[in-house]
Order: sequence, then structure tokens, then C-alpha cells
Amino acid sequence: MADHTLPIAGSLDVTPPRAADGTFLERLHDWVVTVDHKKLGILYILYSIFFLLVAGAEAICIRIQLFFPHNHFLGPQVFNRFFTMHGTTMVFLVGMPILFGFGNYVIPLQIGARDMAFPRLNALSFWMTAFGGLLLYYSFIGGSGLYGVGNAPDVGWFAYAPLTAKAFSPGHAIDYWTLSLIVSGFGTLGTAINIIATIISMRCKGMTLLRMPLFSWLMLVVSGLTLITITPLTAAQIMLVIDRYLGGHFFDTQAGGSALVWIHFFWIFGHPEVYVLVLPAFAMANEIIPVFSRKAIFGYPAMVAASVGIAFVSLGVWAHHMFTVGMTSASNAFFTLSTMLVGIPTGIKIFNWLATMWGGKIRFATPMLFATGFLFQFLIAGLTGIMLSVSPWDWQLHNSYFVIAHFHYVLVGAIVFCIFAGIYYWYPKATGRMLSEKLGKWHFWLFFIGFHITFDVMHFLGLMGMPRSIYTYEPDRDWTLLNQIVSIGGFIQGIAVLIFAYNLIRSYFKGKEAGNDPWDAWTLEWSVPSPPPPYNFATDPVVESRRPLWDLKHPDDPDWKYEA
Amino acid sequence: MLRGRTFRSIRLSLRAGLYLLLASQVAFAAGPQSTPSIFAPASTPADEVYKLSLFVLAITGGIFVVVGGLLAYAIFKYRARKADDNTEPAQIYGSTQVELAWTVIPVLIVVVLFLTTARMIFAIQDAPKPKAALDVTVVGHQFWWEFRYPKLGVVTANELHVPLSSEKTPLPTYLKLLSADVDHSFWVPQLAGKTDLIPNHVNTTWINPLHPGMYVGQCAQFCGTEHALMLLRVYVDTPDQFATWVKNQQQPAVHDAQVATGRHIFETQSCMNCHSIAGTPATGRFGPDLTHLMSRATLASGATLNTRENLREWIKNPDHYKEGSLMPAMQLSDEQLDQITAYLSTLY
Repeated sequence: MADHTLPIAGSLDVTPPRAADGTFLERLHDWVVTVDHKKLGILYILYSIFFLLVAGAEAICIRIQLFFPHNHFLGPQVFNRFFTMHGTTMVFLVGMPILFGFGNYVIPLQIGARDMAFPRLNALSFWMTAFGGLLLYYSFIGGSGLYGVGNAPDVGWFAYAPLTAKAFSPGHAIDYWTLSLIVSGFGTLGTAINIIATIISMRCKGMTLLRMPLFSWLMLVVSGLTLITITPLTAAQIMLVIDRYLGGHFFDTQAGGSALVWIHFFWIFGHPEVYVLVLPAFAMANEIIPVFSRKAIFGYPAMVAASVGIAFVSLGVWAHHMFTVGMTSASNAFFTLSTMLVGIPTGIKIFNWLATMWGGKIRFATPMLFATGFLFQFLIAGLTGIMLSVSPWDWQLHNSYFVIAHFHYVLVGAIVFCIFAGIYYWYPKATGRMLSEKLGKWHFWLFFIGFHITFDVMHFLGLMGMPRSIYTYEPDRDWTLLNQIVSIGGFIQGIAVLIFAYNLIRSYFKGKEAGNDPWDAWTLEWSVPSPPPPYNFATDPVVESRRPLWDLKHPDDPDWKYEA
Repeated sequence: MLRGRTFRSIRLSLRAGLYLLLASQVAFAAGPQSTPSIFAPASTPADEVYKLSLFVLAITGGIFVVVGGLLAYAIFKYRARKADDNTEPAQIYGSTQVELAWTVIPVLIVVVLFLTTARMIFAIQDAPKPKAALDVTVVGHQFWWEFRYPKLGVVTANELHVPLSSEKTPLPTYLKLLSADVDHSFWVPQLAGKTDLIPNHVNTTWINPLHPGMYVGQCAQFCGTEHALMLLRVYVDTPDQFATWVKNQQQPAVHDAQVATGRHIFETQSCMNCHSIAGTPATGRFGPDLTHLMSRATLASGATLNTRENLREWIKNPDHYKEGSLMPAMQLSDEQLDQITAYLSTLY
């Protein structure tokens, strides 16, 4: 081995003083034409946070409507639009972009590169994604074809055929939905290709694949999975357009088409999509849990293998969303088994995180609070997932509030918690200022309590026979009290998110100066100034282990001595 | 201190919830409930699923207690203390034996769960159909249910009548599930899990109800505007009740000269384009069969009770009870409304 005393040349701070900012228009222009991965990453994240607030407001309206049986706050049509838009927005305009935003921002810094492999493609991808979001929301104005009142898609985010056919959904709302997903889908594909190319070809000297931080590893896996999963969705959308405008009969059951074909296509996309969303969340946990436990990640090779394994198995489980469509008993058994198998690599991950914390000195700063909440909730989400994989039980649980509770445990309890953890963790790097810990703790505890009030109780509603997607319910079903509890939890989460938004803005101006490395962390992004200069690294860094900054801080006991 | 305790109390309360669930089997008496809980089964497939679910709950509950307990312990035990020497803890990079153990144990659990589940899948789905079984064809419509008894010549809507079965003389009902428009799903939690009704695709399911009474359910696949009010009732009748019900349903519509005006309006307005009344020229199939309308307890697929006032209001303005239902308001005069209501009210 070479000289280990200063393996990271990039940590030299040769940043020029922050350049004069220019006029507002100049700065705005700069953000619009930028091809800098950091600025694009921030744009992705801001865009997602904006839609998080929008879709969150839709959820609040949904919960107000369900506060009483036979409530008249929203009519059935508005309710159906809101839950459709809530789901579509959260998955496509919040989940995907925010995770790719983190990927964009962190990956080049973490692998010691100066930018993504294709900076212009990166900008194109972001703006396509952004345009897709605007298209979707334009349906509120133009959904019925620009005459009279507008309209929005009201067919559920899964948009089962033939409800989306012209006969059942006239107007243009479905078309905006379709086009929006096609356009933002291409943006997503561009980013996925970009991340793969960046990770394969831009790693700094010494960073072999098995020395790459787990965040980057998982983003590589996610990007590969994205390439596979977005394709069937785009194909299905194009078939739907052909059905609606060119007289196709793919899903036209009156003319011999098949409703099941849509369901298959949608879930061949839709299930791996869950992993596209959750693996980046794991990726963030993989960074945060070790740093705040003050220990190296336990079982790094197993973590990599488990991630690849999850991605692989996730491609063969889609029909567990279809146990009630009347598949043969053999098919039901197959998809029961394949779904249960996901539990094995997932279990390995949970145990490895637990083992990482074991024997550590865990600092419960806000990022770690969220990451711990994630671990706890993801454990429960996994166990309810096992319950749902038991297909006879799924015949009861499917499309009930139990399923709603389960996937919100994954999407909120795991993914949103990790996103919050990630924002509290990397915000100092991106802005140079710390988020307020005090507001952060308020945010965490309110959100944590609100989350459990809402989604724990939802499980019981499902067991009590309440189906999803209903805008009203009968008082004699005894679902009222539990629905009210669920709604109150939702309001608490809403308040928590507002505190978070306030914290983001306030800390930008008044937050404590962060310095290069506020968390005493170990990956390369913490070796450069906060915010990093446009070129990231003044000189190319060289790494010798998975934790280059650990080596730097502990020259007497560096990691490369122990890594296989 | 506080954090550890909070986590533990959350864990405890969750576990209490689990016990509550398990105890619910005691709390629920056999038979129909106003809350259609999947833990109050009253029919064979629902009952088998219920037993399987308890088994799965026990295993997953066990995993939760062990792993959740370890997590809570780690959080409490290994939290950074105020008085800390600021040294880094021992760095441990992995352990093949330990990792192997927590790979193999889940594999074994999966094997057990899968075999138990597979057995149940085949037992329910591939159960041989007894000769005595009753056949019913269920057709899903936006937003109501059509029930046809092909062997009995009975057609009705929204309220399914089936005979009581028993251990000694099993009399299950086999449902053939079709759809006239979009996807729907037949779900009566106390009787069986759900099965979808998909256009251009035939599905089947079966129930074997062991306790008489009225069971509630509803459409469980989003099917459009009024999906929420596509409610469903299943009456499990004793054999005598069922025979009487069938006999009545097999009759053509009651013919009452006193309401001839109402009948005339029904047959000259658009009503008969969509509705059938056996023994009259009305043979429409878009809406529910009205031959024995008054034998049903509800209107508009359960949206409201079948009283004379509700019936009149429903005909006058269907959106009043079910905004977005496909029945149009026919702009009838008050007099016409009274007469049609009078006519329909004779259809027992």
C-alpha cells in the first residue's frame, strides 16, 4: 500500500470565496440552464417537496371526508380524483424524483467524481420529469377538454382497465395521466442510465465496486431495476392511448380485449416500483445508521448481495397484487412463495442494521431518530407483507384498509422516514447550514406519533372489512371511531410536515454553520466544503477503503487493514 | 431513559393490540355481525382462512417480539451517554457465522409458512363441487349486483339469498362471477375472501354458510364514481325460508289493476329500457330486475332503505342517495312519481 497518511487529496480546500451572487434574474437563469449535478439534485428535491405538500393536502382532504360516515365535504367524484392524484403524485412526482434527486446530489460526491457522466442528459431528465408533473396537474384545468369545468383522473393510481376506456372515462383526464407518466417515465429512464454510467465509469482512483459506499451501490441497483420496470408501464400507457384514440382493443373487453393484460402490465411495473422507491431509502439508512452508531456497516458484502437479491426477486412477485383476479391455484402458490422469499434478503438487511447499532455509541440526532423510526416501521411493514403474501388471507385483506396500512408503512414509515433522515443528514452539505435540531425533534416526534395513530389503526379497519377507495361508509359498520382516529393522526402528520418546511426555510438563513463534516462521517462527500464547489474536488481523490475519511481520521487503525 | 421507555411502551401497546385481535374470536358470537370482520367467520372458506391467519399472526407476532425487542434493547443499551469519553466503539465488520444463522432461520420460517399456505390454497380453490351445490351467477354492474339462479329461474339484485349449509348436509353455493362493464370484486368478509368480477373473464368462488342471518359486504375493487355505495347483502336462509323465497321469486310480477296508471307510465317512459318486470313488456337489462322489488330491504344497491318515501325520492332524483349512479332523473311530475311509486310498491 502506498502512503496512507493523506489518501484524499480532494480534501484540500482550495475553494474560492463564494462568488458574488448576481441579480435575481441571473441567479434564476443559472438554475434553469444548470447542468451541475448538485443544482439538479436540489431542483429534484425541491420539486418533490412541493408535490409532497400538494399530495399531502389531498390526503388531508380525504381524511376530512372520511371523518364522518355519509360526510359531504367532498363529493364522490372529487374524492375519487383526490385519491387518484394523491397516489399518482406521491409515487411519480414525490417518491421517484426525490430519490433520484438524492442520487444526483450524493453519488458523484461520494464516488469522487466531478459531475454525472452525462450532465446535459441529467438536465433534460429533470426538466422532462418536471414537465410530466405539470401535465398531470394541468388535468385539473384541461381534463374535460378545456370547455366548462375541469376534471382530473379519477380511476385510482392503478387505473385498472376497462374503467380507463373512452366508454367509462370520457374527457381528457386519463390522457393527461397517461402522457404525464410517459413523459416523466422518459425522464426517469434518462436519470437511471446516467447513474449507471456514472457509477460504472466515474469512480475515483482506488474505489473498486466493493469499496463503493452502500448508498451508491443501492442507487446502482435501483437504476438497473428502473430500466427494467419503467418499460412495461410505458408500454401499457401506449397501448392505452392506442385503445382510446386509434381504435385498439388491448383492454377493450367488449371487443375481446383483456382487462387482465393491463393488470399484469401494471403490476410488472408496479411491484418492482415499490423496490425502486424503497431501495434508495435503504441506501440512506446504510449511510446514516453506521455514522450515528459510530460503527462500520455490519456485513457489507451481505448488504450488497441482499440488495441485488431483493431487486432480482422483486421482478417475480407482481401477481401477489392479483390473488383475487382468479388465477389458478398453482399460480397463487408460486407467487406466494416468490413473495415470501423477498423476506429473506430483507431480513438480512434488518439484522445487519441491528448488528451495526449493536455495540455502538448511538447518537440520536434527528437523522438517526428518523432512521430508527424507519427500522422499527420497516420491520412491521415486512411482517404485514408476509401476512399479505399468504394468498388465502390476502383474499380477505386485498383492497382493504389493511393493504392501505401496509403500503403506507412501507412508503411513509420506511421511505418518507428515510427521506427525512436523508434531508436532515445532507442538508448541511447542500446549504452549508445545519437544520435546527429543536425543530427537527418536534418534526420527528409529531410525525412519528401521527404516523402511528394513522397507520396502526388502519390495519384494524381493514380487518373489520373496510375496503379502500370508498368516499363514504355506513354508520352501522362501526368504522366511524377508528376513521376519526386515523384522520386525527393524519392532521398531526400534516402539522409535522409544516414544521419541517418551516425548518428548511428558516435554517437556510439562520441555521448554524455546518463546516465540511458536521456529523463526523466517513464518505468522500464530507471531505469537501459545504456547499461543495461546482467542481466538487480540487484534485482527484484516492481511496483505500470503504471509509476514506475514517482512514484519514484514524491513521493508526485504518479500515483497509480489515476489509477483505 | 425516556427514549427506551417510549419505544418499549409502543411495542407493548402493539402487542396488546395483537392480543385484542386474538381475543376478538371470543368476543364475536357466531353468526352475522354489523361489522363485517374477517375474524368473525360464518362460512367454510372464511373460517379456514381465519384459522390460517391466526397461525400466520402467531409466527409474525413472534418475529416482531424478538426483533423488535432486540431493536429496543440496542436503542436503550447502546445510546451515546452524556458522560462519554468520545472514543469510537470497537469496529466490527461482519461475522460469517452470525450472518449465516440469520439467513437460515428465515429460510426455515418461509418453508413452514409456504407449505401451510399452499395446502390451504389448494384445499379452498380446488375443492370438488358437491352435486347438491346451488349455482348462482353474479354479474357486476356500475354500481349494483345482478344475481341469477340459472337452475331456479330466479333473477334478483343486490341482495343474495342462499340456503344454510351444515356439517351434516353440506349445501354450498357456487358463484360464477361476471362483469357487464368494469372490474368489480365480490366481498362478504364473514363468508369468504374476495374474488374479482372481470369483464370478458369468468371467475368462480364458493361459500358454505353455517349460520343463518344477513351478512353485509361490498364491492372491493374500485369501479367508478359510486364504488363506495355498491353495497351487498347476503341472506343465509334456513331451507324452509329459502324454499319460500325461491317460490315467491319464481312468480311473475303481481298484477294489481288499482295501479294500472302507474304501470302505464312505467311502460311508456324510459324505465323499461333498463329494468325488467317479469310478465310485462319491460325487459331491460341495464338496471336491476324489479319483478319482486318489494321483497328487497334496500334500494340503489344498499344506498338507502326500501321504504315508499325513499323509493319516490330515488325515482325523482337518484343523485339524492347516490350521486353518480347511472339511473337518470326522468323529470317526472309529482303525480307521475306518485303513480309509479304506487305501482312499484305492489311488486312483492
